[in-house]
Amino acid sequence: MRIEVNGETAYCYTNSREIEADKPTVVFIHGSGMDHTVWTLASRHFARHGNNVVSLDLPGHGRSTGSPLATVEEMASWVIAVLDVLDISHAALVGHSLGSLIALECAASHSERVRAIALVGTTSPMPVSDAILNAAEADDHAAFDMLTQWGFSKRHQFGGNRNSGIWMIGNTLRLYERSGPGVLFHDMRACNEYASGTDQASKVTCPALLILGAEDRLTPVRSTRALQEAIPSPVVEVLPGAGHTIMVEAPNAMLDALHKVL
Amino acid sequence: MAGPDYPGLDTLALHAGAQPDPATGARATPIYQSASFCFPDSDYAASLFNIERAGHVYSRLSNPTNAVLEERIAALEGGVGAIATASGQAALHLAIITLMGAGSHIVASAALYGGSHNLLAYTLPRFGIETTFVDPRDPQAFANAIQDNTRLVFGETLGNPSLDVLNIPAIAEVAHAAGLPLMVDSTTTTPYLIKPFELGADIIQHSATKFLSGHGIVIGGLLVDSGQFDWEASGKFPTLSEPYEGFHNLIFTEEFGPAAMIQRARKEGLRDFGACMAPTSAFHILQGIETLSVRMSRHVENTRTITSFLLEQEQVTRVGYPELEGHPDQALATELLPNGCGAVFSFDLAGGREAGIAFVDALSVFSHLANIGDAKSLVIHPASTTHHRMDAEALAAGGIGEGTIRLSIGLEDPKDLIADLKQGLRAAGKAAGGSR
Repeated sequence: MRIEVNGETAYCYTNSREIEADKPTVVFIHGSGMDHTVWTLASRHFARHGNNVVSLDLPGHGRSTGSPLATVEEMASWVIAVLDVLDISHAALVGHSLGSLIALECAASHSERVRAIALVGTTSPMPVSDAILNAAEADDHAAFDMLTQWGFSKRHQFGGNRNSGIWMIGNTLRLYERSGPGVLFHDMRACNEYASGTDQASKVTCPALLILGAEDRLTPVRSTRALQEAIPSPVVEVLPGAGHTIMVEAPNAMLDALHKVL
Repeated sequence: MAGPDYPGLDTLALHAGAQPDPATGARATPIYQSASFCFPDSDYAASLFNIERAGHVYSRLSNPTNAVLEERIAALEGGVGAIATASGQAALHLAIITLMGAGSHIVASAALYGGSHNLLAYTLPRFGIETTFVDPRDPQAFANAIQDNTRLVFGETLGNPSLDVLNIPAIAEVAHAAGLPLMVDSTTTTPYLIKPFELGADIIQHSATKFLSGHGIVIGGLLVDSGQFDWEASGKFPTLSEPYEGFHNLIFTEEFGPAAMIQRARKEGLRDFGACMAPTSAFHILQGIETLSVRMSRHVENTRTITSFLLEQEQVTRVGYPELEGHPDQALATELLPNGCGAVFSFDLAGGREAGIAFVDALSVFSHLANIGDAKSLVIHPASTTHHRMDAEALAAGGIGEGTIRLSIGLEDPKDLIADLKQGLRAAGKAAGGSR
């Protein structure tokens, strides 16, 4: 589905269904340099289970036009604007990595619009190394390589995908390669500069779920302590064997975990 | 700036796609010889059928052993995904029926494996898909043959039988300029000798029966998708970019992005045409791939030794190997195939058909059969076997003489291969009436 938001075309995958007012809504928000396709299995699942699903392409990503937004706060405002256009009063938000920070910011700043959040492969603060930032700023392929390598657990560097026939390293790399110039840099910088995440986390009033990869090398479990302590009574699921790219590395376990708050 | 290193080819050949078996801890990939797989409950079953969860339903669609092989070849080629098929022919057919229907057209190299040529030239026209065959050495010929209804450009990394080196970068440029993907058959080269996706190809087909396996005990094929071709931007592939009624109006490019082609091939082509690989075959092919680099380097080393020997023989009038001076693709081979041009080549014997037959019959280490890519050395005399229906004129048009011999060089000690070839040359000399 394509809609107009702030004068640009915003794409959201809805499983080819219209938004129905009497159904609960689940919004999926992808991470840096990615698009809605990382959520295909999960969004199909929640669509069949009686939900409106809205799997977004952030501005300048995938099929959405416009420039990538500069800050997590701007991205959160944009998500709320999407809900406004779709006439959705409140929704559960599922976000991965950068998307998790956007979901967190929405839950803190627009609490009346958010009924639950699930933060997948998350932490806050989310510092990004200079090596990645510099490569991304230069549109150097090395940025894609670093994120692809470190985005999977060591064991998944060799695959072992339960989704038959898909080489998840290759598919992730292709997604990065499809992102436009500068897009990854904008996203990584937004992650790096989002300093208020822990403060905002303390304002969350809705049910909150953290889905973490036990072998995550980009947002390690140990780095999430501040976030876990800041969010009131979060549900925390640590998925064994998974790295940062949890939707791909542990799709079934992630679905099962999501059902705890959705 | 250099990013972190990905695992190398040899490491991927041993590990890609495989994890120790979660049920038993088995280090080797088990053979999951099961037609179907149990569902824990009805909702789980529904979620598998509706592509919500990862898992297996029925081995025509996917199988855990096959899945390891599929990931492994996708990793080795640098693609997004792959499908294991019943044969190399099935992989070619699967690609074609995924991308097009009746009324479509293919531009293909004229130097193809006979089975591929049969499919394109004689069988597919009956289903409304026509092919124009062009000189594999002439990228402009590919461009000139493209029509409005063309949907695929196809060639072999090393053409049959003259080992024409496909100029993948140039032909990919021609294809992409027309909004078309380039598919290559890399059976004789394997990812050890060439990485077609890095050169611009979009789809790879393998007969895994050959060098990938190396043992000559299975029939199997592999179809690999690079994920690099933009099917939507092309606008010529409604099977991928428009709703598919056969799966609740799923739009493959919308839901699977870079993996649209390989997902449609599985969800439709494998489902409906059913040319799946047996799990035991996948297991055998995996055993072969584990030693791919070691075998291929020895194949090439032995081939270089044998071609050098043959060049020195008075009875041998031509040795067709791209690395050799005089081969029209020598420069291109140096550029695209620095690790070697494979282990299959042909040479011409003086003395015609009789000499060729006598040569083959006198060999004892080389096996006389219709295959290539075995660990054992193989020989065939095309004029009396694979091409026996052709007269001399027709053979010549295909680059085959009455005294042409095709060898597939194996892994034996080269001194024994040379001794065997000498035996053959003596017999050929007698048959030709000479006194050598």
